[in-house]
Amino acid sequence: MNRLLSRWLPVYAFLYIVFLYLPVIFLPIFSVNTSAVPQFPLSGLTTKWYKELPNTPALLDAAWNSLIVGVAAAILSTILGICAARAITRYRFRGRTAINGLIMAPLVLPEIIVAISLLIVLIQLGFSLSLFTVVLGHILICIPYSMTVLTSGFEGFDRSLEEASADLGESAFGTFRRVTLPMVAPAIISSLLVSFTISLDEFILAFFLAGTDATLPLYIWGQLRFAAKLPGVLALGTLLLVGSFLLVTIAEVIRRRAARRTQNEGGAIV
Amino acid sequence: MTEAADETLPPARATRGHRKALLQSEQSKGFALISPTFAYALVLLVAPIIVVVAHSFWTQDYLTIDRTFTLENYRIALTEPIYRDLLMRSLVISLLVSFFTVILAYPIAFYISFHGGRHKGIWLFLITVPFWTSYLLRVMSWKVILGYNGVLNSGLMGLGIIDEPSTALLYNTTAVVITLTHAWAAFAVLPIFVSLEKIDRTLIEAAIDLGDGPVRRFLRVVLPLSLPGVIAALLIVMIPTVGDYVTPKLVGGKDGVMIANAIQAQFGKASNWPLGAALSVTTMAVVTTMAGGIVLLLRWSTRLMR
Repeated sequence: MNRLLSRWLPVYAFLYIVFLYLPVIFLPIFSVNTSAVPQFPLSGLTTKWYKELPNTPALLDAAWNSLIVGVAAAILSTILGICAARAITRYRFRGRTAINGLIMAPLVLPEIIVAISLLIVLIQLGFSLSLFTVVLGHILICIPYSMTVLTSGFEGFDRSLEEASADLGESAFGTFRRVTLPMVAPAIISSLLVSFTISLDEFILAFFLAGTDATLPLYIWGQLRFAAKLPGVLALGTLLLVGSFLLVTIAEVIRRRAARRTQNEGGAIV
Repeated sequence: MTEAADETLPPARATRGHRKALLQSEQSKGFALISPTFAYALVLLVAPIIVVVAHSFWTQDYLTIDRTFTLENYRIALTEPIYRDLLMRSLVISLLVSFFTVILAYPIAFYISFHGGRHKGIWLFLITVPFWTSYLLRVMSWKVILGYNGVLNSGLMGLGIIDEPSTALLYNTTAVVITLTHAWAAFAVLPIFVSLEKIDRTLIEAAIDLGDGPVRRFLRVVLPLSLPGVIAALLIVMIPTVGDYVTPKLVGGKDGVMIANAIQAQFGKASNWPLGAALSVTTMAVVTTMAGGIVLLLRWSTRLMR
């Protein structure tokens, strides 16, 4: 039994990884295929679908919108995440677990429920749907991810270092700038990158809250109706995939380096 | 963020009054620091959900909301065959998806935790990376794979296994289940892994010393102790998938439509917010009940196994 397990588990693990990656890999493959229909055998190598992308004004608008929304959501959710993560890791107070649970709740709620409830309230409060309302929604769902990254970064935080700095005559601001900030900066950068990625890829909230301005996933959604546009969508999708992959990898590398430095391995999102 | 000196007195020296003052300052400082985030969640999550629940008891007449209390929306949500069927199908799909993701995820979490050695971090990273890519794109790639002219069909025809493209792959419930199972894989692996990591390895050694074979060891030690992770994984997959909109829309076809598509219609074309609200509340209530029931069942059955 044990032998059987140790022989088959690695095989299973390998197959599982293949199952996870295989679908994703078809996007880049068909995005450089000459045929407009994604099927085997491949008909030839081309970069024409990529070359068409910059000549599509609607796409450029969507990319710009996504960038604005992503940056705004990343910064604001990280600021809110810093407050909450610091409070959770540093202080014990009544209602700590309950409040933490509430802040993390969007992670386990169906997104459509979050989306329609925000939609109802924002419209009744007299907001017109725009990129601003998308940002409001994205902050809400980015905070749990920010929190996870930041909490694990702050947990390895040795408070005696701050005390030592204060004892050695550094001012409060000096301590913050020269001791606290360098220690928590990796977690903060990680959180910014991760929330930007979440916002960049998020569809449902944008779908309900965006009004007439499209973000990239909304643009893709609109193009999916036209079979002829599929290769362009695949090319764009590939670029998005690569972008998300890079951002998350950078975030993880930064977080891991910092964790090794403060001797606090593990505990974050991955 | 920087005041750090005030509650570091050794406990022995702190008098009762002192300690109380310290606790109070902990309380107020902690609460003050978390309050912006807390307020954000209250205003943009809790309040909106309360408003949705309120709407579900109201009615809409063209563009105006009539605020007299009524259960009419719930009557429609629970008795109209179309909504009842959609809700049932959504529940079945989310049940299947959470079952498959957990069954598939358990061995891999087990492998990483017990045989991962130094490479645990790399394994976990490998598993989470696809999850960070756009959900919409992952669903789209399944459409490319399962479609009439898709990868699977053209591949199978190329190998001579089938003569003409099969239409049975895309636009049905199976396609929805496959796509969702793939999409939520990482969410199931992580909690199970965490709970396996927490298991004290000496307990397993004790089981070996006491003569338990591998199967009994697993059933009586590892599985019960990792149950919290399994339950977390089930809930984390089941509750969001019941309200999935993109997957049924893209790969579900007519047979794969789920409740979220009906909810969306009430906020789009049909424009009946109160009914949409009632459908949402019903879905949440039913899926929470189902999830609770499954948790109880699992706890009970592992207790029997021991």
